[in-house]
Amino acid sequence: MSEPSQTNFVRTQMLPPSPPPLREAGVVRWLRENLFSGWFNTILTLFGLVVIWLLVSSALPWWLNGVWTAGSLGECREIIAKTAGEGASGACWAVVRERWHQFIFGFYPVDLWWRPVLAFCLLFAAMGPVLFAGQKRKLLILLGAVVAMILILVTLAASAVPNEVPGQTDAPFVWKLALALSLLTIGAMMALTAAGSGKLLWFTGLYPALCFWLLWGGPIWVPLGALFGFVLLAVVYSSLLKRAGPGMAAGLGLIVALVWWLFIDAPVTVALNDAIPFGLTSVQSDEFGGFLLAITIGVTAITFSLPVGILLALGRQSDMLIVKTLCVGFIEFIRGVPLITLLFTASLLLQYFLPPGTNFDIILRVIILVTLFAAAYLAEVIRGGLAALPRGQYEAADALGLDYWQAQRFIILPQALKVSIPAIVSTFIGLFKDTTLVAFVGLMDPLKGVTQIVRADIDWKGIYWEPYIFVGAIFFVICFGMSRYSMYLERKLKTDHR
Amino acid sequence: MAEAQKMQISDEVAIRIAGMNKWYGQFHVLRDIDMTVNRGERIVICGPSGSGKSTLIRCINRLEEHQQGQIVVDGTELTSDLKNIDKVRSEVGMVFQHFNLFPHLTILENCTLAPIWVRKVPKREAEETAMHFLQKVKIPEQAHKYPGQLSGGQQQRVAIARSLCMKPRIMLFDEPTSALDPEMIKEVLDTMIALAEEGMTMLCVTHEMGFAQAVANRVIFMDQGQIVEQNEPREFFNNPKSDRTKLFLSQILGH
Repeated sequence: MSEPSQTNFVRTQMLPPSPPPLREAGVVRWLRENLFSGWFNTILTLFGLVVIWLLVSSALPWWLNGVWTAGSLGECREIIAKTAGEGASGACWAVVRERWHQFIFGFYPVDLWWRPVLAFCLLFAAMGPVLFAGQKRKLLILLGAVVAMILILVTLAASAVPNEVPGQTDAPFVWKLALALSLLTIGAMMALTAAGSGKLLWFTGLYPALCFWLLWGGPIWVPLGALFGFVLLAVVYSSLLKRAGPGMAAGLGLIVALVWWLFIDAPVTVALNDAIPFGLTSVQSDEFGGFLLAITIGVTAITFSLPVGILLALGRQSDMLIVKTLCVGFIEFIRGVPLITLLFTASLLLQYFLPPGTNFDIILRVIILVTLFAAAYLAEVIRGGLAALPRGQYEAADALGLDYWQAQRFIILPQALKVSIPAIVSTFIGLFKDTTLVAFVGLMDPLKGVTQIVRADIDWKGIYWEPYIFVGAIFFVICFGMSRYSMYLERKLKTDHR
Repeated sequence: MAEAQKMQISDEVAIRIAGMNKWYGQFHVLRDIDMTVNRGERIVICGPSGSGKSTLIRCINRLEEHQQGQIVVDGTELTSDLKNIDKVRSEVGMVFQHFNLFPHLTILENCTLAPIWVRKVPKREAEETAMHFLQKVKIPEQAHKYPGQLSGGQQQRVAIARSLCMKPRIMLFDEPTSALDPEMIKEVLDTMIALAEEGMTMLCVTHEMGFAQAVANRVIFMDQGQIVEQNEPREFFNNPKSDRTKLFLSQILGH
């Protein structure tokens, strides 16, 4: 190679690429840049390593010495002492093995476990068309997974029935019938999905009634009666829509449905049940507990708080003074009061306000208040999303002649909700974890309610970490799942190409 | 220009504004506006910023509310009656300075949404119409992209197509080229000129004086919320009457 002169230079030979010096490549470079980039960072790294070492070395034996098979805490300790030496620490997972069902079902009767399990599996089939709208392949995979879940879990749950069957039970063929019907339904949904039809939401619409019936049992006429109210609403709405406009039609439909629910539903249900008695063994709310309770409250509240929150957010932005004042008042009141206060209201005060003799289920009361609580937070989150939209979007929608509800539905809400997804899902996650607060009104939440019962047992007295770790792990899996889904949704809806 | 003069202007009144006043709080934005627009007329409105020209055309489809006087569009008077407002809005197309396309919908969906839900046109027919107008603004190949993937000029042409899909009888343009790079202004102006040649009634707030000379049959100059001068373009540019107009023209044409 020629020595380049200062003023003129012509390259005669191109240089081949060469690897970077060892110091600048691969692991060495990463370590140097991230962990040892200066004396201060080196000290911090070493300090961090020491802390990690201390944590792991103290906790590791506890995890490694874990015992899964034992009848009591004492037995656990004996086994640990025998295998790991006197004074060694160890986890006693035997409590989870022995009592897992209480963490999951509370005191729900063993021979009826198949019902909540089936309801849980079908929940995914009901959520699928909403969560994976327009994603044919994902939806098919999900539905397939639900079939597998149903086959495995429901069969397991049904076979958990001990030989000495306790008092309440369904006829033995019922669960097989339910299993067959569920599989048929999901098969039909899969066929529809594969055929490219998007009309799967009918199952999502029926699911709340079905879930209620599976969980609480009782005559089938009760959920059917409740559903019929919605049918009435839909009929009145669609027949009046042309003549009276959407607001009027919806209002009248709601009135008709309310009249049905409040005055006509109950006698008709009773009469029908007398004529054709058909139903599942009913289960009382105080038998609910553990994650069955948490998921029931959490899922219902999440489902209903979103629409309520959207309406509150829109109401707060409304030009109509009364609507706006009511919404602001509601949001500020609910947000200004701790959830526990509202739960106490649910369990104690509400009883005073209701007419004597009404038996308003405690879980239902709690669900309503948790829903309203979450809705108030969601309303503020969604208001933030609405505020983030440029004014031009409203103007463009107006200029095209879209009316208020059309503009909200097609233009404003899709964008406002999209930007609020992270905050909305945070609220949902918070809500789900807050379901453990129902312990304060005597319900058996998985964290405090069930754990207290387990620890009160003479066999497991003194156990501390294990139940909480178990419950925490399940909470983590569910919340982490929600969080991952929200990230997926954000990616899917990303169309701004910034 | 010769061809501009050939374009048909009928005697039918498309927009009539009489004694219209508007305030923002205490601030008197529009003062005693009187104007009539005949079907097929192409009007350019210009004036210094803050003169109320945008506010004026936004009153015509009631994006802004006027407090006094009368605005009649296609025989429908604009009052607080929502039915009338929706009727006028579906007859009047509007193109904005910042395009205001819906970023979460594809170009095609942007164009078909309002026809489907406001005009109740079947989806297929709406899509055919949309493709027809996208062809016209010369971007049919972008139909399945999202607005964020298009250049500013392309977005503005989509916005014009979106308005046309509603088959409006009047088009309002609110500074359609002010947010565009210089080399994109031409493609948008060409689209607007083509539209004018078809006889669309147009009201256009713009500072593109070349466009005004090419297609307008009337230029309106506004200042401080009032119409200061209006004339046919040649007279307006060559022989302005008021001092305010002269000053304005010397400032925008001076370099």
